[in-house]
Amino acid sequence: MGGMAPTVVLAVGTKKGLWLGTSEDRQEWAFTGPHFLMTEVPSIGIDTRDGRTRILVGVRSEHWGPTVVWSDDLGQSWTEPEQGSIAFPPDTGAALERIWQLQPDSADRPGVVWAGCEPISVWKSTDAGRTFELNRGLWDHPHREHWGAGYGGAAAHSVLPSPADADTVHVAMSTGGVYRTTDAGQSWTARNQGISAYFMPDPNPEFGQCVHKIARDASDPLTLFAQNHHGVYRSDDNADSWTSIAEGLPTDFGFVMLTHPRRGGTAWVVPIQADGERIPPHGELAVHRTDDGGRSWQRFDAGLPQAEFNAVLRDAASVDTLEPAGVYFGTRGGEVFASADEGASFSEVLAHLPDVLCVRSAVVVG
Amino acid sequence: MPEDATVLVPSLLRQYTDGRSELFLEMDGPCAVSDMLDTIAGAYPIFNRRVRDETGSLRRYVNVYVGGDDVRRQQGLATPVQPGQEVLIIQSVAGG
Repeated sequence: MGGMAPTVVLAVGTKKGLWLGTSEDRQEWAFTGPHFLMTEVPSIGIDTRDGRTRILVGVRSEHWGPTVVWSDDLGQSWTEPEQGSIAFPPDTGAALERIWQLQPDSADRPGVVWAGCEPISVWKSTDAGRTFELNRGLWDHPHREHWGAGYGGAAAHSVLPSPADADTVHVAMSTGGVYRTTDAGQSWTARNQGISAYFMPDPNPEFGQCVHKIARDASDPLTLFAQNHHGVYRSDDNADSWTSIAEGLPTDFGFVMLTHPRRGGTAWVVPIQADGERIPPHGELAVHRTDDGGRSWQRFDAGLPQAEFNAVLRDAASVDTLEPAGVYFGTRGGEVFASADEGASFSEVLAHLPDVLCVRSAVVVG
Repeated sequence: MPEDATVLVPSLLRQYTDGRSELFLEMDGPCAVSDMLDTIAGAYPIFNRRVRDETGSLRRYVNVYVGGDDVRRQQGLATPVQPGQEVLIIQSVAGG
């Protein structure tokens, strides 16, 4: 069966606006932007359920605050609910600072979108992002007073609903670590056993870890991967325990963790030298991929700059759902690289942008 | 005889006030800045959310001047506005 080539949309959120690209071959890209000039774009969620491509964006102006907007026409027009999609209830006394994550749930839960925000909070929408409800279980968590703020702010930056069980969601926060609910968000337990917090007096606390990113395995929903503030880990038991998979990587520091859309055991990281040296190892930018759950890693740098001294932030990377999967990431130096071969080779698709904060990709529907 | 107070809208926010650069509020007597903003929020809710967060606080890098004086040096959003006065909303110097 023939048919038209699928169009891929690549959304690049930066410190000063959003760029949107489309491509039919993942080689040639046509970009529009900046959308929302002088507004940072730390979160993007592309929702391709319900027969349309909705690009949800969490924007934040230094002056005018954060808000959620969306486009159903690849950025030609944008919608913002008058009362805002995310607002703290009056009894909390809190105000939204930044939207760090916009995560559409799985295909069999249309309309469900999750948000992770600063101050540390998780939100659920059941109307495709128009309105979100604060998760009270996490908001009222007794650990809250002990959670800290990483350099970028205290946020729930990763929200992973389980495709296998609607009541299970994993969240990662900096700092605090990984938390899991198995009762649809009524209660949350810290799930950091095995993850180091070397910067604390007890390096193996129940919580307080600075987990930078988590991602769920494509084939086994009980398997997760984590890029920690020094440490790369895998859990095979729904995050009950974590084991190091850093051997074979040049460093165990970094922010990115991506998993394959279909193939179990495949994940990507972008190593950074160290906490105190936030550049690619030796100034040589490379993506590392495992195809065996972290038992071994392959280094890929084809098409990447010879010398690169900018870091890649936790959400500034994405995979698409094509075969082979596309891999995309951007740097704080404003370069964006795309791979149509699962990371084996890259080409630069944007350069000289403001700091890249968020990259998302999807096959366009509708 | 009611007299208007005038709220001057910064250019970046006029997209949320139907393009208006000035908003006129009919007043019977003095009222607080927050009451004025509440009234404006009814007609222009997104404008209000740009100026204040959901707790009702003025956003950190938004300044409001009543009679030429910064309300932060007066009574904050409780600062009274007299009929006939001008209220200036302006973004402060921030960002990189």
